[in-house]
Amino acid sequence: MASTKKVQELKKRREEVQRGGGEKAIQKQVAMGKMTARERIVKLLDEGSFNEYDLFVEHEARDFGMDQKTLHGDGVITGTGTIGGRPVCIFAQDFTVAGGSLGNMHARKITKIMDHSLKMRMPLIGINDSGGARIQEGVNSLAGYGEIFFRNTLASGVIPQISVILGPCAGGAVYSPALTDFVFVVENISKMFITGPEVIKTVLGEDISMEELGGARVHSEITGNAHFFSETEDECFEQIKSLLSYLPWSNTDVPARKELKDPLKKYNISHIVPADKKQPYDVRNVIRSVTDSSDFFEIQESWAANIVIGFGTMGGRTVGFVANQPLILAGVLDVDSSDKAGRFIRYCDAFNIPIITFVDLPGYLPGVDQEHAGVIRHGAKVLYAYSEATVPKITLILRKAYGGGYIAMNSRHLRADFVFAWPDAEVAVMGPEGATNIIFRKEIATAADPEKMRKQKVQEYKEKFANPYVAAAKGYIDSVIEPWETRKSLLHALEVSGEKSVGMPAKKHGIPPF
Amino acid sequence: MSNKDNSSKSKSKPDPSMEELVIGGATYQTRLNSKFRNRKTWSRPDERKVEAVIPGAIRKIMVREGEEVTQGTPLLILEAMKMENKLLSPMDGMIKKIHVSKGDQVAKFQLLVEFT
Repeated sequence: MASTKKVQELKKRREEVQRGGGEKAIQKQVAMGKMTARERIVKLLDEGSFNEYDLFVEHEARDFGMDQKTLHGDGVITGTGTIGGRPVCIFAQDFTVAGGSLGNMHARKITKIMDHSLKMRMPLIGINDSGGARIQEGVNSLAGYGEIFFRNTLASGVIPQISVILGPCAGGAVYSPALTDFVFVVENISKMFITGPEVIKTVLGEDISMEELGGARVHSEITGNAHFFSETEDECFEQIKSLLSYLPWSNTDVPARKELKDPLKKYNISHIVPADKKQPYDVRNVIRSVTDSSDFFEIQESWAANIVIGFGTMGGRTVGFVANQPLILAGVLDVDSSDKAGRFIRYCDAFNIPIITFVDLPGYLPGVDQEHAGVIRHGAKVLYAYSEATVPKITLILRKAYGGGYIAMNSRHLRADFVFAWPDAEVAVMGPEGATNIIFRKEIATAADPEKMRKQKVQEYKEKFANPYVAAAKGYIDSVIEPWETRKSLLHALEVSGEKSVGMPAKKHGIPPF
Repeated sequence: MSNKDNSSKSKSKPDPSMEELVIGGATYQTRLNSKFRNRKTWSRPDERKVEAVIPGAIRKIMVREGEEVTQGTPLLILEAMKMENKLLSPMDGMIKKIHVSKGDQVAKFQLLVEFT
């Protein structure tokens, strides 16, 4: 048994280090509206579950008078704990200690817990709140970042990796979150950028605040770098717990089953989608009308909202949903929405999550800005991701599926396992108006009343082609169903594809268009 | 999450918050996002107008108004990002007007030199 004296010493040492950067620095942290690193860990993990490692690690800097300084825990807290009773690895940078700056030992603590999470196959949660590289440690601090990025990449697609930005995360530091699966930001607290406002002002003369440059809203609405936005840290932690409830703990695992009930009555699937294909509706309500307890956890809600992605539960199991959103930009595919969907499809495929795709799109967004922004390359991401995915892939065409958009949205041709369509669906190279203008150009131009002729031809085209039966006749659509049959059909498709097994040609890896 | 749970009714009344977007000859009722609204409309570049490709400072002007120059003639030096960028004439022609003076700070896309 340890002597009382030694135990006292341990207690004293612990208390000392656990004070972080001291009272004054903690007060500053609180004044910024932030929790301390330790508070964050405690809030996020199950009560009393945190086990800390490397509490007594000390920094290595010897220059610039750093040898005289003690940096408790070297500015980062690491350890393991549980969320919802399941184990996770976690690190939280401590801004109260030298501004959470990253030195060699700080990085070594992080890489140690990262190695642990990969080895033990459990999710990694990183809470970022750091002024950046510790300049006094020079290239060693850069080496530290590199070691972290390398491990992020190694662990990618093996274990879930979550980044939480609860303070500044600038310069090279932003690339760890960018390499992880999901990035959480909080209003007025998160700041992410490669070069800050000061440098931008000096070099380019552009005057912008940190918040306008890389605040939480910017990354949730403009850049798409963040996946989840919240107004408070508490709300953010609840989002993380919800997200984890949908995920498997590794790529050889399946998500935990949920016990949920039928969809809520208020989402009546027969009354959500207007028959007029030019009228909008919120496709998220269609998702909620088929999921257990109308459960839908949306990802990147405010960015590229013309496509909707997220997790829902069907028959107790996690499903990834991808759906065109007619409410925004008529649900077109464009640079951003292709990027958003492509990455999510690959996520689902990596983690054994079946994908259900709801199709209702007029095609790709026309415009010089889109073409010059590389919509060809970005649009190809969707084709690549769906073609490559070997998880169960189920498609439902709600209304329109035109042109390249039809092919891209998990068509039979990209090896969808099941393709359903509602009776209102139309699969065609383009909509009746566009098609008529091309096919009957001469007839319309030479008619006594061109407008009347055009309308007549549109009507003829609609009657002949604006239906799901031309595609069904070729077997491109497996089954035309009534809206009320949707949940039953999807559940059945999921059930029969539970043991799906398909191979891909042997290769090191493909060359996706990113 | 701020998802609104307003399951829409089957009757599609015109919604005043909706705008129009024309794709493939059809006009869709939908909402336009800020990125779409703020997109830059394209216009054909005019090679008679030399603009600043990057914000910076004019360090030196090597030509005069009325001077005949050939394509590739250095026009001026624009210092930006600690680099001296030599701007060359895009064409054979006569300098109509020089819109900046030595020492001027210029913004991106600011007109510097105009040809006749």
